[in-house]
Amino acid sequence: MNTHPAPHRPGPLPTSMQVENGQLRHLLTVEGLGRPLIEQILDNAESFAGMNDQGVKKLPLLRGKTVANLFFEASTRTRTTFELAAKRLSADVLSLNMNASATTKGETLLDTLRNLEAMQCDMFVVRHADSGAAHFIARHVAPHISVINAGDGRHAHPTQALLDVFTIRRHKGELSKLRVAIVGDVLHSRVARSQIHALNTLATGEVRVIGPRTLLPAAVEQLGVQVYHSMEQGLKDVDVVIMLRLQKERMQGAFIPSEHEYFLRYGLDAKRLALAHPEAIVMHPGPANRGVEIASEVADGPQSVILQQVTYGLSVRMAVMSMVMGVSPQVRA
Amino acid sequence: MNPSSALPDVESLLDHMADALRVPLAEHGGSACLIGIHTGGIWVAEGLHRRLGLDQAMGTLDITYYRDDLSRGGLHPHIRPSRLPWSVDDQLVILVDDVLHTGRTVRAALNEIFDFGRPARVLFATLVDRGGHELPISADVIGARYDDLLPTQRIKLSGPDPLMLTLVEREASAQ
Repeated sequence: MNTHPAPHRPGPLPTSMQVENGQLRHLLTVEGLGRPLIEQILDNAESFAGMNDQGVKKLPLLRGKTVANLFFEASTRTRTTFELAAKRLSADVLSLNMNASATTKGETLLDTLRNLEAMQCDMFVVRHADSGAAHFIARHVAPHISVINAGDGRHAHPTQALLDVFTIRRHKGELSKLRVAIVGDVLHSRVARSQIHALNTLATGEVRVIGPRTLLPAAVEQLGVQVYHSMEQGLKDVDVVIMLRLQKERMQGAFIPSEHEYFLRYGLDAKRLALAHPEAIVMHPGPANRGVEIASEVADGPQSVILQQVTYGLSVRMAVMSMVMGVSPQVRA
Repeated sequence: MNPSSALPDVESLLDHMADALRVPLAEHGGSACLIGIHTGGIWVAEGLHRRLGLDQAMGTLDITYYRDDLSRGGLHPHIRPSRLPWSVDDQLVILVDDVLHTGRTVRAALNEIFDFGRPARVLFATLVDRGGHELPISADVIGARYDDLLPTQRIKLSGPDPLMLTLVEREASAQ
């Protein structure tokens, strides 16, 4: 029996916190968004994906708006893609490394927010090590400001989950016929939690989680997933394999005997991938620990769509940013 | 125009427009990038593409993201990616729409085209010019012109097969 405690999570988020009058106001979590709204985000992302053909990869949607990237936790890929997405929508962008800024000099977070509001910012993109941080900021910002959660603690990473389902939809089509396996450190992963909510909201055929008991949250099956502790059984006939990064920095005890042992039991190599559907795709939110959760032959292999996820991440973030600013088509949730 | 008056046959308007385009096309060596604006403009462009016998495939443009009224909301929820399957640099571009009214759609389309490159020349062809221009924009090739429509009247192209022009009262279309 799994006796591991469930990770800390903020309380349930009322839908009205994110959606006002049918419009996406903030994006803090995938939970409660509703299928029509998620599908609208994906459809809008599809229309942005086409602009890669343009000589000038810029749209005028957020011209005159100012986006502040508030990264209280280190991140390169997510910060860069949010920054690029905002710039491609013609916004002005401030990227602030909050670890090196005023909050370390004693200024409270709310003081910092007030200052950024006084600089006429329109949107905050927030990455924070504490669960619920983006939610807290959304509660305290001025009414004209939208907040996008770029990952908070172990709670949620909604844009990553949405770009993942966008990737699956682009490669495999209708989700109701698919088996999707999420493999590895689900316990410490905000991405996995958001992926499960997104996949279930879109009525995915079957969602599996595969991992050692020590890396799966208690009662994970209550999220609507099939639980496997064996890669060999869990990967059988799946259409999509989503590998998770082993979150070594969030582990304070011995969750696994060793990285080598982990790879032997839960690493994805070509032999194990052969158990999945022959046309299965392999995904990873990055950065990947090669030789720990995924072998290089698979990460760089023909079934890998890891780099496409990065490209699609731009389109999905453009869709979300334009929707919270009210300049993209909306759907009544 | 009297609401009950018959509107012209679209196929004959397309014949007339194609004839008018042959001269500038010949000046550019018979080669042009034909671009239709979603949705009616694409139907008109398809008719012109067939008549002109152009070698190059047709391009399509969805100008939604370039509209000047984005902040006022009310956009259509389905936006199709623009597809220009060739470089517009130094080319003759023939931009096609079904109805020219305020000119704002054409303004947005020109902005979008220039984000793809720098054409040598842009011609604008419209099936109907219904007047009411709000910008200094006019068409180079016009199928039919109506200068006496009431503010409550608009001309709608239905299609794609058959293409048909109808006069719609705004109250009726809003239902």
